Amino acid sequence: MAKEVLIEFQNISKTFGSIVANDKVCMDVMRGEILSVLGENGCGKTTLMNMLAGIYYPDGGRILIHGKEVTIHSPKDAFDQKIGMIHQHFKLIPVFTATENVVLGVKNGSRYNLKNAKKTIGEMCERYGFHIDPDKKIYEMSVSEKQTVEIIKVLYRGADILILDEPTAVLTPQEIEKLFAVLRAMRDDGKSIIIITHKLNEVMEISDRVSVLRKGHHIATIETKDTNVQELTEMMVGKKITLNIDREQVKDPADRLVINDLNCTNADGVKTLDHVSFVARSGEILGIAGIAGSGQKELLEAIAGLQKLDSGEIIFHRPKKDLPVSFFHKTFKQVTDLAAEGKFHYEDGTPVDLTGKSKKEIRSLVNDGKILFNEDEIMNLRDKTPLQIRELGVRLSFVPEDRLGMGLVGNMDIIDNMMLRSYRKGKSILVNRKRPESLADQVVKGLEVVTPDLHTPVRKLSGGNVQKVLVGREISSAPKVLMAAYPVRGLDINSSYLIYNLLSKQKEDGAAVIFVGEDLDVLLGLCDRILVLNAGRVTGIVDARSVTKEEIGFMMTKTGA
Amino acid sequence: MEQNKEPVSAPKQHRGLPFHIIKRVNIPIWKKITIYAVAIVGGLLLSSLICAGLAGKNPLDYFTYLFKGAFGTERKIWLMLLDAALLLGASMALIPAFKMRFWNLGGNGQMLVACLSAYSLSYFLGDKVPEWLLILLMFACSILSGIVWSLIPALFKAFFNTNETLFTLMMNYIATGIVLYCRASWITSGSAQFPTLTKGTLPEIYNNMLPTVAIFVLLTLFMFVYLKYSKHGYEISVVGESVNTAKYIGINVKKVIIRTMILSGAIAGLVGFILIARTGPGLSSDTPNNMGFTAIMTSWLANFSPLLLFLSCFFISFITRGMSQVQQGFGLTNNSIISIVTGLIYFCVIACSFFINYKIVFRKKEGK
Repeated sequence: MAKEVLIEFQNISKTFGSIVANDKVCMDVMRGEILSVLGENGCGKTTLMNMLAGIYYPDGGRILIHGKEVTIHSPKDAFDQKIGMIHQHFKLIPVFTATENVVLGVKNGSRYNLKNAKKTIGEMCERYGFHIDPDKKIYEMSVSEKQTVEIIKVLYRGADILILDEPTAVLTPQEIEKLFAVLRAMRDDGKSIIIITHKLNEVMEISDRVSVLRKGHHIATIETKDTNVQELTEMMVGKKITLNIDREQVKDPADRLVINDLNCTNADGVKTLDHVSFVARSGEILGIAGIAGSGQKELLEAIAGLQKLDSGEIIFHRPKKDLPVSFFHKTFKQVTDLAAEGKFHYEDGTPVDLTGKSKKEIRSLVNDGKILFNEDEIMNLRDKTPLQIRELGVRLSFVPEDRLGMGLVGNMDIIDNMMLRSYRKGKSILVNRKRPESLADQVVKGLEVVTPDLHTPVRKLSGGNVQKVLVGREISSAPKVLMAAYPVRGLDINSSYLIYNLLSKQKEDGAAVIFVGEDLDVLLGLCDRILVLNAGRVTGIVDARSVTKEEIGFMMTKTGA
Repeated sequence: MEQNKEPVSAPKQHRGLPFHIIKRVNIPIWKKITIYAVAIVGGLLLSSLICAGLAGKNPLDYFTYLFKGAFGTERKIWLMLLDAALLLGASMALIPAFKMRFWNLGGNGQMLVACLSAYSLSYFLGDKVPEWLLILLMFACSILSGIVWSLIPALFKAFFNTNETLFTLMMNYIATGIVLYCRASWITSGSAQFPTLTKGTLPEIYNNMLPTVAIFVLLTLFMFVYLKYSKHGYEISVVGESVNTAKYIGINVKKVIIRTMILSGAIAGLVGFILIARTGPGLSSDTPNNMGFTAIMTSWLANFSPLLLFLSCFFISFITRGMSQVQQGFGLTNNSIISIVTGLIYFCVIACSFFINYKIVFRKKEGK
């Protein structure tokens, strides 16, 4: 097909306050192509497309369609130019059916007719290979089905130019395959498709050309077949970086956290955790895969003591085996009681019998570190509050999904946020800000947090730096169990890899790491084992070194079973 | 390519207003002070023109009266300081709750029940117990009743998550109702007033205002340290900013809500005690003089900072005292005029926060 230029951006600029989102961007879109707009979070790719879709209006520059300058002030203006955008967060009415949502807002009387609409939708499905039940209500639909409705909605309004904002973020590998097939069919039908993304492998797979944006500037537009992942990464980041996760072999794994038959029901009576059992081991990263909302949040919050459970046990094995008694117990009575229960042995392995020994003898044996524990201490963390868990001496760290709403306090500075975990220490009624300050200083220097100073409210930092502050605090206590939920969401490539390597470092230091992720490539490259959650149930625990993406995708979506 | 652009598709002019509003990221402190100063001066000018216009007098006299009313004599200065101090106390009762995002609108009721407790002790026990014991009892009971009045909404909030705004507001009306009921059942002579008593009056130091001023200045300094440097204060901030974060790090949110509201109620109770015991005890349902509501404004103006409260309480007392002098001087018999104009000044000061958070940028002309 002869390529003709359909849309032209000329010197498009847009600023928000002091932030320059787009700076004199010039690029074009051809008719009948799939164009990827690639860039890191905050590079201005969504802003640029929002200007094409009528959400924003450019501060400077011109947009040309078919060589004519156009003014797009609203989404309606965009539709008049046959431009439709499918946003990351769907804009559908849950209690309406697919058809009702599609016709909603269409002005033309005959097109508002539901019967006709259903017929048209049927034709579209056939033409592009969609599968959708036009009478199904939105709230009964999977994410992938909702996305299909959004695409049909745009097509129904006659769009020839489709913009999709991160369309694969919430889909499984199988659903992505289906979506790509549909997109190819639409391209072959002469439509232009723009995909906003930061996933390199998808760019390589689907697009004809790729435009790279960095910090609001257009870096280059090139044919996909002439480039490779490494080159695109360099354009995106602006410097050469290595995208390697150092995955060491697991050393001396020991059971650290034994999860036994957890059940949990939410306020609506839906089972969020359904007989979940697994073991997290020290020196290992256990990945948790699953479609968003499959129980990941509930599981981690249950372990952290934030979620009420219907039944089940959370058993923590506190490492004590072969460690000196003096490390844990100081009082004389505790030591003699435990010795009487036969919990100790000497360095050479012989059992300890303290009967008949004088207080002084026992004291010196303990203080010299001659008496060791036989085995780990076992405790059930179920129904313990976060405070009780800490008071038991369990070093459990948790990087929650909602960083500023749960892990940190946005309006407080870095020092006060460092203090969240430790402010109770000491008997004084006043808080001591000296130690948190030195910790904040360490984290800022060690993890290269970009901040004007330690007194800046964390909400003013960028997403990556916020996450570094949170992760830095959570690993500063040398955790025995470290849980991280979507720790790289919204982070640039450099920060993401920094976080991956921090998690790997914790694993090498003997922590049991639980990592909830959404990017299957990362899960496969970072973790040792992967647990797949599907509607609150464990549908598989597999070796990350031998499993394939497709196998995990299948476990994420299979029903019944 | 650009040459053959057709005139038909020339861009439309920008729709809407010729400026847009941009959120300020950081504002230098001098700019903030300037904006406030301009707002205050603007509000005063506006009010001087209105007052002078209505009275047919010289607007400049307005300022003479305003300052005379507040600073005219030593007694006037003391009265203004007393007003400011009581307002400080009332604000102190609200600030810890506000910091916690617990919108306590019940300061007035908490003060009123405290007044009632103190007064009733003087009324019934005045002749039966020694003066020192009476004052002690009045002090303890006022604080206790303030606490009870704040604890009820706090418990409901903590355990049933009821809306504290409405709850605390309604508690005010119950308090007023109780005072009116007591008056009707105790005062059988048919008088519509509680009698003024002499028993249970705090001793004077220099005059009967200095002790009050000193107590509330010290209390404000205490509150500053409590909120900024204590573990309790830190917990209050965390709960106020994000309940989820508080739970995540193991703060007992219920406990913090209840503890903070006990403190709030105790301070309101103290203010109520002083209102009764500072001079010979007298009581009406209007004894707190709406300070529970004025304090909401001073607290917001001070951005919940105890130190800035000195400024906001002083400012409000200055305006109130000054304006009553303006009314007398201009011979304005209609009280409402003064209320309207005072409201106008407050409005200017509060509205200027828009210019602190946002700035207005005019669009540049098209075509560079």
